Amino acid sequence: MTQALFQQLENSLVEGEPDVTFDLTQQALSQGIEPLAIINQGLIPGMNIVGDKFSTGEYFLPDLIIAAEGMQRAMELLEPELKSRDQDLSIPGTVVIGTVKGDIHEIGKSLVSTMLAANGFKVHDLGVNVPAEAFIAAVRETNADILGLSALLTTTMVVQGQIIQALSQAGLRDRVKVIVGGAPVTRGWAEEIGADGYAEDAMGAVRLVQSLVSAAKV
Amino acid sequence: MAKFIKSISNPKVSLNILTKEEVQKIHTATLEVIETIGVRFPSHKAMDIFEDHGAFVDRDTCIVRIPCEIVEDYLKKAPPAYTLAGVDPNLDLPLDGNHSFLGTDGCGVEIIDPFSGERRRTTKRDVSDVARVADYLEEIAFHWVPISAQDCPPQSRSLHELEAIWSVSQKHVQTESIVSEPEMHAAVEMAALLAGGKEKLRERPVLSIMQCTLSPLCHDKGSLEAGLIAAEAGLPVGYMTMASCMTTGPVTLAGNLVVGNAEVLSALALMQMAFPVCPVYYAAAQTASDLRTGAYTGGGPEDFLFGAATNVLADFYNLPLSMGAFATGAKEPGWQAGVDNSLSAFMAVSTLSDMLLGAGLLHGSRILSYEQLLMDAEIWSIMHATFKGILVDEPSLALDAIREVGPGGNYLAHRHTRQHMRERWLPTLMDRRPYEAWDEKRDGSREWARIKAQQILREHNPEPLDPQLQTELIRIIATLEGQS
Repeated sequence: MTQALFQQLENSLVEGEPDVTFDLTQQALSQGIEPLAIINQGLIPGMNIVGDKFSTGEYFLPDLIIAAEGMQRAMELLEPELKSRDQDLSIPGTVVIGTVKGDIHEIGKSLVSTMLAANGFKVHDLGVNVPAEAFIAAVRETNADILGLSALLTTTMVVQGQIIQALSQAGLRDRVKVIVGGAPVTRGWAEEIGADGYAEDAMGAVRLVQSLVSAAKV
Repeated sequence: MAKFIKSISNPKVSLNILTKEEVQKIHTATLEVIETIGVRFPSHKAMDIFEDHGAFVDRDTCIVRIPCEIVEDYLKKAPPAYTLAGVDPNLDLPLDGNHSFLGTDGCGVEIIDPFSGERRRTTKRDVSDVARVADYLEEIAFHWVPISAQDCPPQSRSLHELEAIWSVSQKHVQTESIVSEPEMHAAVEMAALLAGGKEKLRERPVLSIMQCTLSPLCHDKGSLEAGLIAAEAGLPVGYMTMASCMTTGPVTLAGNLVVGNAEVLSALALMQMAFPVCPVYYAAAQTASDLRTGAYTGGGPEDFLFGAATNVLADFYNLPLSMGAFATGAKEPGWQAGVDNSLSAFMAVSTLSDMLLGAGLLHGSRILSYEQLLMDAEIWSIMHATFKGILVDEPSLALDAIREVGPGGNYLAHRHTRQHMRERWLPTLMDRRPYEAWDEKRDGSREWARIKAQQILREHNPEPLDPQLQTELIRIIATLEGQS
């Protein structure tokens, strides 16, 4: 019975039905199934299948995003339950991310947020047109491992460098790894402004964040 | 400077891409989007104008919903034809629905140095160098700001870019990088200097303005307010949608056209409400996002279809179109760039899009390559010859020559051949040598294009701008820099 429910949860992610994932999670909790079991035996196997299908080229980006949304909706139900049991998911790291001030382009940054969240990271997405002070305050408050700065315009790219300087002035530069991205951003630019990393797309950003976080833990 | 511009006019080749009924369906769906879903205009100035003209404005969300008859009424005020002026009137570009003109692409951040081959960040000097090459080429009718002057301060960069182009070329400039009110005021002042006063500028706009929408269904405050200032000064203003299937637009092409159409039409209606009869144009560069990464693709069949279909829409609204074509996603000049840029140019010209953008950049408008710029000019030259179609009249039917040569023999020495042979197309970059001649050198279009670009850069030094005018332009920029 429980096993069948786990299987249905897994399928709901693989088939991209976030509402079904949400309902099944609710059903599982009401049957008294432990939240960690729901995650480890239903949701994570589902996400792994989606990830595998994406790697082999069978699934496309929307399949990943829809599955991530299902996972996120399930976690909305599961997180309070975990908290009430004093249980914790092992989180690989915390990320603060946003599009810099003067720039309201959203999609690239949001894609990176979603993909990081789908890979277990705690993501604080500050949105678009975010002032430097807000990034700094969020890094301080969340004790973030990673700060992600997005810019789509050649004129707002320079703000990425300014924020890195502001982090230094706030005495936070050593505490957080800064990654930058956006259409006009290049590896050369990232190096010039003293960023710790750069990726060209959301999948690359996930690999980058994973490697930065694991390097920091060594 | 090229004293002649190779435009495509009276094409004999055309394409049916959307039926009248299909255009009507897209139109009706678009009006429904504008009236019931609305478009976000996060500018109090824009919202005030909309409210004064009968639109429903939600000040909290900045969503504007415009009744369809109001949209249609204001779009009808837009002039269907006008001329983009060159500083030199010989280089004027009539947007009369019967010409296609090619412009450069924008706005790249890196350049392949034409002498060292090194890929590096772009500077103001590069902007003027690229403008010199574009000035030389008769295939290039107008300038976009091809690359960013990244050695100049961000708050005045777009003005430095304009100055860099105007200092070497008298061709029309369409800029895509002025997104703030102070910069637009300064740009209008600069353009007025070149045109000989603000009233002259209205008659002969040497500058036109392109602003981007923010798909889906949003606009940016700076772009809106800068656009209004340009429209007030009589500069032609266009709003460009870059809605991308699957990410910022529906994955289906028709739906993507609807979203982009709603963005462009709502912005152009705003311009007409604020300044009736001001010259505006439709601008678009829709694409399909890559299914695996979500990235901008800059090529492929979807782009080709959008290139042709969008002009059918623009014609339906009686508006000139500035259409993103060329602008390959390829990393270097080669097979992919050739396929992308040839087919996108072909499709956009097949419906006679007025302005085509995109010559010279690689990697989805990020990297300028002089080789690619020269190759794109050659593609345009192929289009120019192709769209002339096949002339059928007495001399071209050549009956006399056929009779005189008769069965057997050849036409090489016939005077009819000599009379008409210069109508045939000649390549500058395509390799038609004997195999062994190629085998000996193993060179080709890339080397030839690079050598040609180097030669233009060394030898083409257009008459400089009047030093007094140049000083004035620089003073305007310095004033803006002093204020900020």
